[in-house]
Amino acid sequence: MSERDGEPALVEVESLKKYFPIRKGLLQREVGRVHAVDDVSFAVHEGETLGLVGESGCGKSTLGRTIVRLLEPTAGSVAFEGRDISKLGTRRLRPLRREMQMVFQDPYASLNPRKRVGSIIGTPLKIHGVEKSAQRERVQELLETVGLSPEHYNRFPHEFSGGQRQRIGVARALALRPKLIVADEPVSALDVSIQSQMLNLLDDLQKELRLTYIFIAHDLSVVRHVSNRIAVMYLGKIVELSPAEELYQRPIMPYTEALLSAVPIPDPDLSAKRERIVLQGDVPSPIKPPSGCRFHPRCRYMTDICREVEPPLVTYGNDHLAACHHPLNVDKETLSRAEVSRRHSPNAADAGAKPRDPARPIPGTR
Amino acid sequence: MPERLIEVENLKVQFATEDGLVKAVDGVSFELSRGQVLGIVGESGSGKSVTAMTLLGLTRDRNTRFEGAVRYKGRNVLEMDEEELQEVRGNEMSMIFQDPMTSLNPVYTIGDQIREAIQIHQRADKRTARKRAIELLQQVGIPNADSRVDNYPHEFSGGMRQRAMIAMALACNPDVLIADEPTTALDVTIQAQIIELIDRLKDEFNSAVILITHDLGVVAEIADEIVVMYAGRVVERADTRALFYDPQMPYTWGLLGSIPRLDRPKQERLHSIKGTPPSLIRTPAGCKFRPRCPHAFDKCMEEPDLVNRVEDPHHLDRCWLGVNEKRKLREATLAGEEEAA
Repeated sequence: MSERDGEPALVEVESLKKYFPIRKGLLQREVGRVHAVDDVSFAVHEGETLGLVGESGCGKSTLGRTIVRLLEPTAGSVAFEGRDISKLGTRRLRPLRREMQMVFQDPYASLNPRKRVGSIIGTPLKIHGVEKSAQRERVQELLETVGLSPEHYNRFPHEFSGGQRQRIGVARALALRPKLIVADEPVSALDVSIQSQMLNLLDDLQKELRLTYIFIAHDLSVVRHVSNRIAVMYLGKIVELSPAEELYQRPIMPYTEALLSAVPIPDPDLSAKRERIVLQGDVPSPIKPPSGCRFHPRCRYMTDICREVEPPLVTYGNDHLAACHHPLNVDKETLSRAEVSRRHSPNAADAGAKPRDPARPIPGTR
Repeated sequence: MPERLIEVENLKVQFATEDGLVKAVDGVSFELSRGQVLGIVGESGSGKSVTAMTLLGLTRDRNTRFEGAVRYKGRNVLEMDEEELQEVRGNEMSMIFQDPMTSLNPVYTIGDQIREAIQIHQRADKRTARKRAIELLQQVGIPNADSRVDNYPHEFSGGMRQRAMIAMALACNPDVLIADEPTTALDVTIQAQIIELIDRLKDEFNSAVILITHDLGVVAEIADEIVVMYAGRVVERADTRALFYDPQMPYTWGLLGSIPRLDRPKQERLHSIKGTPPSLIRTPAGCKFRPRCPHAFDKCMEEPDLVNRVEDPHHLDRCWLGVNEKRKLREATLAGEEEAA
């Protein structure tokens, strides 16, 4: 999927920031801030799936929740169908809630155990003033849409397996015919055999109902399966944004390369042959993120500039962006044509930070 | 011939519950020798964790019934009393649990918890035990171990907590390390570190490992032999390469097919196994996988035994289909293609 400049995007995120204050002491003074989402810009087009990947603590869930305004942004804007929704009050936001829904990770925690399925899925209809007589019918229709049976209407969540509960969560999200669904790790709590059923269902629903997904996950193989484009996050920043297949064929950011190489492959011979980049250490604290490129303390291509200058997102053509001083898989010519993307990093320091040297091969590897 | 450490023979574990008798483990057999990594693979409710916990006598309760035998160096663990078990646990066999957040005590320091394990099982004074705890933390790759030893669990990240758990499990040089989903709660990058660590420590400590997981990718890397469990029984058992390249049970190849693969071109649709795993109270008649199996036929109403049906004598499975027929049928599934309805 390309940039599609003429057509307005369904969701347009610009310089979005979400900081959580850390308060201490009697007076609850602010002593620091968790930089959960730190200056992120991107667009999501109608009908596409944008995958959002990264390790835990990279800010992907916070970003998802800030987009649908479950969290208040600290700065920046989110436009939905061309209209800035980041500053709307509760009342003016309510009609927009119909258009944006979420599916949560844990099918055990996200359904009220005391409510029957009919009432769980029916609540959004009630809140948004759907006529009572029409509610039941709509709920039963939804149950069928997600592959459950209308007779399940009067059951409680505990009577269902994890996969079925997740289907109930999806039915609830679909109740008001939203345009955008933010799915936060919707399959990671499910068994492999159930996971693939769920992914196929989400795929069918997207085609049938022309849904747009923001699909948050840590599993790169799952994300590849569902996404048209993928954004890789690290410590609150998008470090690479690319059409899905291209990200797997030609990762530019060393972090993406390492993430990809860490995914286990269910093939013993292949997995023995494969070069594995084991990242040392953990993700640093988002309270005091490292200077310059936030990935530099764990990067094997790191040089002085990485420690000092933060790399802006640079576009390498074919809608592929990455923030790195030493890009991988990029030849001299592409590098010379590459440009700092104003659209995706409007606050980037200056164009002087454009990468000049591709990554050098690491001695002792291919 | 490496030393045989564990022999599980026709193990059955049943829990009496209000709803009926749960046959959590229903006739499981396997062996484990020194230096070996055995992978136990299955979905939730397949009985893999109950099997592992029974090896350490952790499932004993008033409502539990056991049959069969779990022999550790020839002694039956099921018949040991608590005191004997206490000797075995930690010293001979130890366990790493899935969730490092809940299996560490939040009010004691990491060092105290490792020290406790050492002092219970070995006659060591406090100072020696603490020194040993620091050594262990270094061995599992915790930086600045001598100061980190005094940290509380909340000061450790998920990956570090799992390393601390491993350090604790290794405290008394056990012969067998049982890891129950050791990487499920961790990020892929950290998972890679932990798997590498377990593999390295197995050699350093000259021990054997039982790795329980639902992730076939993880066992592909380090297991020597794999046991696939379904509804409380072993449905296939083979050397790792044989299991991946010549899987005999439709359930196994269904699992292999439903994983989205990074090493292959993207598929339009994912293969999926229809339905859900059966209840362990009322399991289906005949082959337990029959209701979900696209290739089931009349004979499947009778339960097949776990026997050798292929050229490789180590390879056992429970499926009535002819070997040649299976090899033809599984191609589409293994390629990840969707089942023809």
